[in-house]
Amino acid sequence: MDKVWIIAKRELSSFFDSLVAYLILVAFLGFTGFFTWLQGSDVFFRKQADLLAFFETAKWTLFFFIPAITMRMLAEEKKTGTIELLLTKDVSDRQVVLGKYLGCLLLVIIALLFTIPYYLTVSRLGNIDHGATLSGYLGLVFLSSAYIGIGLFASSITNNQIVAFILALVIGICFQFIFDMLSNGTTGFLGELFNTLSINNHFDSIKRGVLDSKDLIYFFSISAIGIFFAELSIKNR
Amino acid sequence: MDIQIEGLTKFYGPQKAVDSISFSVKTGEILGFLGPNGAGKTTTMKMITQYLSLDEGDIRLGGQSVKDQNLKRFIGYLPEHNPLYHEMPVYDYLAYCAALQDVPKDKINERVRQMIKVCGLNIEKHKNIGELSKGFRQRVGLAQAMIHDPEILILDEPTTGLDPNQIVEIRDLIRHLGKEKTVILSTHILPEVEATCDRILIINRGKIVADGTANTLRSQAQGNYITRTRIKGAPVDTAFQALQGLSMVRKVNLEDKSQGRFLIESAQDANEAIFDLCVKQGWTMLELTPLETKLEDIFRDLTMN
Repeated sequence: MDKVWIIAKRELSSFFDSLVAYLILVAFLGFTGFFTWLQGSDVFFRKQADLLAFFETAKWTLFFFIPAITMRMLAEEKKTGTIELLLTKDVSDRQVVLGKYLGCLLLVIIALLFTIPYYLTVSRLGNIDHGATLSGYLGLVFLSSAYIGIGLFASSITNNQIVAFILALVIGICFQFIFDMLSNGTTGFLGELFNTLSINNHFDSIKRGVLDSKDLIYFFSISAIGIFFAELSIKNR
Repeated sequence: MDIQIEGLTKFYGPQKAVDSISFSVKTGEILGFLGPNGAGKTTTMKMITQYLSLDEGDIRLGGQSVKDQNLKRFIGYLPEHNPLYHEMPVYDYLAYCAALQDVPKDKINERVRQMIKVCGLNIEKHKNIGELSKGFRQRVGLAQAMIHDPEILILDEPTTGLDPNQIVEIRDLIRHLGKEKTVILSTHILPEVEATCDRILIINRGKIVADGTANTLRSQAQGNYITRTRIKGAPVDTAFQALQGLSMVRKVNLEDKSQGRFLIESAQDANEAIFDLCVKQGWTMLELTPLETKLEDIFRDLTMN
């Protein structure tokens, strides 16, 4: 765990040493702020004191941004050869992948923390459901965790960052749309399966404040499978 | 901590990169690993550092097998192209490596400073690694390999990209370290091996073709005694034929006709016979120099098939 934390800290500080972290933060706050307060079905249009507009926008923003931050994680290390140096240190393959996972997750959590003013503002506008808001934030963290798992896997199988980015998006699109569409077109066991795999069904209930263990298991499983396969693919060298 | 390698084999697909090689390195020994490109040097080193898995055979460090245990903490490794995080400052990078190698938290700063001093990085310590020249990057690579004071140092071409002064410094450093530690270094530069290493291992196509000190390798190289002699007081042709007539002499080359200088290749040491010949014939011998067989020749002999 110690080693995981050391690696995570380095990844996080390397985000802030380059412009990546600032770009992501500014763009994330810009997009979510715009669609939460100014445009589309924003807070004023809905006339409800809740953050559903933010959660929905954040989901899409993260969908694009997370592959952008995970793409270099393993692909770049493989390309430059630094992975060899890292893995010959006294760390296991799993610690490396978990460290990178944690580093990405911390960056996303920092981005989410910057949106607390949204929550404070809305809570002044009306009677906000504190529990549901907290649940929504947790939902975003779980969702990010799953995306990061997918992103790390995509980054682990190539040493080209662009390939990693596009692959992560493609897998993301499967969970976001394709499984949803397939579940509408099929019935029985397969329909049920695709329905379960679709990310929206799980996220929608969490963002409304329903924390179901099934949804937690779903997000946890995707993260774990992503991490597992990332580890497997760097082990295979 | 000694290294014992037994029957080590590695396949890349159907190709045998390393073909059941066995050797051992004692504590306090510096082993020079030689071989043409693609001979399996780097692969062997990667297996010792446990970056690559072994297909067959075993590697034991201090009696413990790398198959049973994680022994990475005993090894400091400098990979071939010295890959480093270019966006990180030297100091932070070394501190990061120290933390990953289990240097206790309160010792990290001290240790990093020490390494910066040993490797001569003081003026560059706050720069990003990417801004450094190749020589300084190489020093950072060495510093990170030694940061946790490992028992075993594996250095893959440690002096590439260094200027002659730096090469001497790094060699001195390696020799100094090699007194207490077990060092394996690979290189293409043959004089470097002679200057730094206690023992030489030459591999070719995944197999060991020579193992020993520079001197034993020389004496093993058969029929490579070369002697230069200069004889006065004899017609060149007569001397030539007389020399050619000696039983152990394989070939006589006339090097300089006006001075009567010959180069004699023989299967055994021919110095005595040449001397006796001159005495018997009443010629004056002005020069008798046994020429060393160059390591380059031995290397070429062993690795060109």
